[in-house]
Amino acid sequence: MDWLFEPFQHVFMQRALAACVLVGFLNGFMGGFVMLRRMALMADSLSHSLLPGLAVGVLLFGLAPAGLFFGALSAALLVALGAQLLSRGSRVKEDTALAILYTVAFSAGVVLLSFVKVRVSLLHYLFGNILGVSNQDLWVSYGVAGLVLPLLVAAERPLQLLLFEPSVARSQGIATGILNVGLVVALVLTMVSSLQAVGVILLLGLLISPAATVYMLCDSYAALLWGGGALGVFGAVTGLWLSYWLGLPSGACIVLVLGAIFCLAYLLSPRYGLLPKIWRSRHFHQESLARWEKH
Amino acid sequence: MSEHSLQVENLTVSYRRIPALHHVGFSVPCGSCVAVLGPNGAGKSTLLKALAGLLELETGSVSFHGRQMQGASREFAYLPQREMVDWDFPTTVRGVVEMGRYLRVRWWRRFSKEDGAAVDAALEAVQLAPLQDRQISALSGGQQQRVFIARALAQEAHVLLLDEPFTGLDQPSQESLKLVFKQLKNEGKLLLLSHHDLQNVPDLFDRVVLLNGELIAAGTVAEAFTRDNLTRTYETRVFSGVNHGLAI
Repeated sequence: MDWLFEPFQHVFMQRALAACVLVGFLNGFMGGFVMLRRMALMADSLSHSLLPGLAVGVLLFGLAPAGLFFGALSAALLVALGAQLLSRGSRVKEDTALAILYTVAFSAGVVLLSFVKVRVSLLHYLFGNILGVSNQDLWVSYGVAGLVLPLLVAAERPLQLLLFEPSVARSQGIATGILNVGLVVALVLTMVSSLQAVGVILLLGLLISPAATVYMLCDSYAALLWGGGALGVFGAVTGLWLSYWLGLPSGACIVLVLGAIFCLAYLLSPRYGLLPKIWRSRHFHQESLARWEKH
Repeated sequence: MSEHSLQVENLTVSYRRIPALHHVGFSVPCGSCVAVLGPNGAGKSTLLKALAGLLELETGSVSFHGRQMQGASREFAYLPQREMVDWDFPTTVRGVVEMGRYLRVRWWRRFSKEDGAAVDAALEAVQLAPLQDRQISALSGGQQQRVFIARALAQEAHVLLLDEPFTGLDQPSQESLKLVFKQLKNEGKLLLLSHHDLQNVPDLFDRVVLLNGELIAAGTVAEAFTRDNLTRTYETRVFSGVNHGLAI
C-alpha cells in the first residue's frame, strides 16, 4: 500500500491533501445550487473577474493571502453586483452585462499584473498550484468553509423552493432577492477559497462536474448536494495523487479525473445514461414488434 | 358579501409604470371555482400574480375573510404555468408536495408525523399516492398539474391561483382535474383559474371574472357569462396597452 500513501509523507502534500478535501467538498456542495440555478456560465465569468482583484491585492499588499483573498473577493462581487445594476431597468440583459464586465475586468487584471514588481507567474493564478498551499492559505479555506457551509445547510429548504420555482417560492413569502444575492456571495467566497488549488480557469470544473455527475445518477436534492461534496473530495484527492506520481499539474489532473467520472455517469447511468437509454429503446422496439407479430 | 369571501377593491397593477389592470373590483365567495377570462394581454396572469402577492399593487386592496392581505400569504397558493417549471429538477412527486410544508418546519427540524400526514392526505386528495416516488418529468401533463395542487393543499392554502391549468391537457386529464377541483370546491376552497377556452366554461366553472385591462363583468356563470359581456371583453380594447402602441 506504499504507493497509495507514500505521497502524503511529505508536509507539502499533507497540506495539499487538506486543501483538496476542504475545497473539493465546498465546491461539490456549492455546485448543486449553481447547476440548478443555471449559474454555471455566471460562475465562469465571476471566476475570470477574480484576476484583477488578485492583481490589485498583489500591488497593494504583496503576496499575503489575506490581501489576495479580499482583492479577489471584492473584484468578483463588484462584477456580480455591477451586472445586476447594469441590467436592471435597461435593455441590456444580465448575461450581456456580465460578459462585458468580466472581460473588461480580466483584461484589467492582465494589464495590472504586468506592473507587479514581485515576480509572480500569471500561470500560477490561471491554473492554480496546490503544492504551493501555505498554512495561511489553508486558514482562509477553513474560514470560508466554516462560514459558507453552515449557511448553505441552514438555507437548504428555502433555497430548494427558490431553485425549483422562484415565483411559487415568492408567493410563499420567501425573500428570493436576498437568497439570490446570498447565493452569489457564497459562490464567490467558494471560488476565492479554491483559487490556490485549481486557479481561475479550472475553478469551474471543480465546481460543476461533481454536481452534474450526481445529477445524472439520482433524483434527490439532498443527494445532489452531499453527493456532490463527496465526489468533489474524491476527485480532488485522486487528481492530486495522480499528479504526484505522473508529475503533472495538479489542478488539471483534478479536473480531468472529475471530467472522466462525469463521462462515465453520462454514458452508463442506469436511469438517465446514454447507453442504457439506447438499449432500452431498442428493447422496447423489439418487444412491441414481437407483440404486433403475435396478433 | 359574507365573511367567507375574497374581495378585490379598486386594484391597479402596472409594469414599468404602464398599467396592466385598471381599478378592478369584484368579490367571490369561498367554495367556488372561478374562471378569469379575457384576450391575450388582458391581465389574467397579472391578476393572479397580484393576488399571490408577487406584484406590487399600485392602488386598491385585497381582503380575504374580511382581513386585508399584505403581500404574500400562506393562505394563497400560486400555481405557475406548466412551461415555467423545470421538470428535470432532482425531486419526486412527494418531494414537491413536501415543499408545501417547508415554511412550517424550522430548518433544523425534521418533518413531524403531522407534516407527513398532511403530505399523505394531499397526495391522496389528488390521487397521486401511488406515483409519489416518481421523478416529476415522468408524469403526464394532468398529473403534473395535480402535483402542484397537492403542494398547495399541503401548504394548507385556502385560495388556489392557477395560471392556465387546462392548457395542453387531453380530455381524460381534463376530466380528472375537473373532479379534483370539484372536490376542493366542496371543501370550501376558492379556486381562481385563468382560462382561455370559452367552450367548456359552463361545464368547468361556476363563476367568471371577465377582464380586458379593466373589469368587464364578474358573477355567476348565469349572470355574467353572457354573449353581450363576451363581446365587450373580446372586442373592445378600451384600456389595453395595444391601443396606445405600448408593448405590455
